[in-house]
Amino acid sequence: MSAVSSTVALFSKDVRSELRTRYALNALLMFVVTAVATILFALRADQPSPTVLSGMYWVVVFFTAMSSLSRIFVSEEERGTTLTLQLVASPSTVYFGKLLFNTALTVSLTLAVTVLYTLVFSEFFIIQTPSIFFVTVFLGSLGFASAATIIAAIVAKANTRGTLYPVLSFPILIVLLMTVMNATARALEGEDFSEAMGDFQILVGYILVMTGGSFLLFDYVWKD
Amino acid sequence: MRFVKYGSLGIISFIVIAGLGIPLSPSPQSWLEFPVIPGLEDKARNLFFHVPMAWTSVLGFLVSTYFGFRYLRTKEIDYDFKSVSAAGLGLLFCILATVTGALWARFNWGSFWSWDPRQTSIFILLLIYGAYFALRSAIESDEKRASLSAVYSIIGGLTAPFFIFVMPRMMSGLHPGAKEDAGGKGPLFESKMLAPNMRVLFYLSLIGFTLLFVWMLQMRIRTARLEYESSRELSER
Repeated sequence: MSAVSSTVALFSKDVRSELRTRYALNALLMFVVTAVATILFALRADQPSPTVLSGMYWVVVFFTAMSSLSRIFVSEEERGTTLTLQLVASPSTVYFGKLLFNTALTVSLTLAVTVLYTLVFSEFFIIQTPSIFFVTVFLGSLGFASAATIIAAIVAKANTRGTLYPVLSFPILIVLLMTVMNATARALEGEDFSEAMGDFQILVGYILVMTGGSFLLFDYVWKD
Repeated sequence: MRFVKYGSLGIISFIVIAGLGIPLSPSPQSWLEFPVIPGLEDKARNLFFHVPMAWTSVLGFLVSTYFGFRYLRTKEIDYDFKSVSAAGLGLLFCILATVTGALWARFNWGSFWSWDPRQTSIFILLLIYGAYFALRSAIESDEKRASLSAVYSIIGGLTAPFFIFVMPRMMSGLHPGAKEDAGGKGPLFESKMLAPNMRVLFYLSLIGFTLLFVWMLQMRIRTARLEYESSRELSER
């Protein structure tokens, strides 16, 4: 099998096993609902500004992602299938397959948050520049997944996985978070697409650096 | 070894005496007078301590990442001792730089902490160090701990260019070198306001703190080796 087709095969294996249990998807959806409800209680009758809303948007995405993205490697460890995977697939195949799955999960997560936000904050969450918003959400999801996948691989080998994952991810993701919050606020305030180019350049640079670095380092994490 | 030890102690004692003792004068005539820098006055003396501490904390991180990289290539546990020793010292100097920076900010900018880009960067550096040690304490096997923490420090190092070079210039801030810095003078130690004698003292201080780092690093590496050997002897008994 070629590298691409085996990556796709690994991805579809993860999707199939996810659809069988719906473990991550259900937890993710409930987490989003809970988090948005908490924000609603906190805001009460206040009128949130675009900066606050875009910040809150990514806070929800960050903590939801932290609750579910590590499963991709932790579940392999728990089910004892790590060794099989090491035998049948090359490390780069495993890395890109898992990256693909985490990207798909993050994209669906941001879509869920967006839909929920437009429903509950219908008066305040108005995307005035959709082009900025959707490019930001897409690049942001890719960046989230690229950093979160390698950290998930590290965390899966450690003891206190649940608490360690956000602790390890936050310092790595903070540059990304600041940039996407900035760009989302621009989209809500209705700025021109060209004004967000600086943010997009940082995002693309971040994705390239993170994916390249993780790809080179994944061997050392994956093989015992 | 002896040169490093006495050199660092000598230079740093000299910096403390000279940096705090030399009087300020509005129009300096001799080498034993500092100029008055408008807006900084006596607070400029912190330059001899805060900047070298920040420099040493970044140096500690780079040295730790370098030895982590060497460990991954060779799988010799000795490189891990070097890596973790450098990271511990980096954390120590990072805390010192944060505290001296916050004090300087309190008297120059009005508050201890204002999320200036530089303050954000050093906060992230602190978090990376904290996460690095949290990760190390969560893994029992020596080899696994060494390689996973090495990978983590390299990943952390990959994001460093973003928050060291991109963030401070993108966001507005109070620290010299920020985007809205009047006239774009850059950090204080590069500016023309600094008299030659202050400049000499500043670079001497950088050398002194670097030597101090090297000396402490050597001690910590030896301690780490001894601890490893004694724990192995105990387990073999």
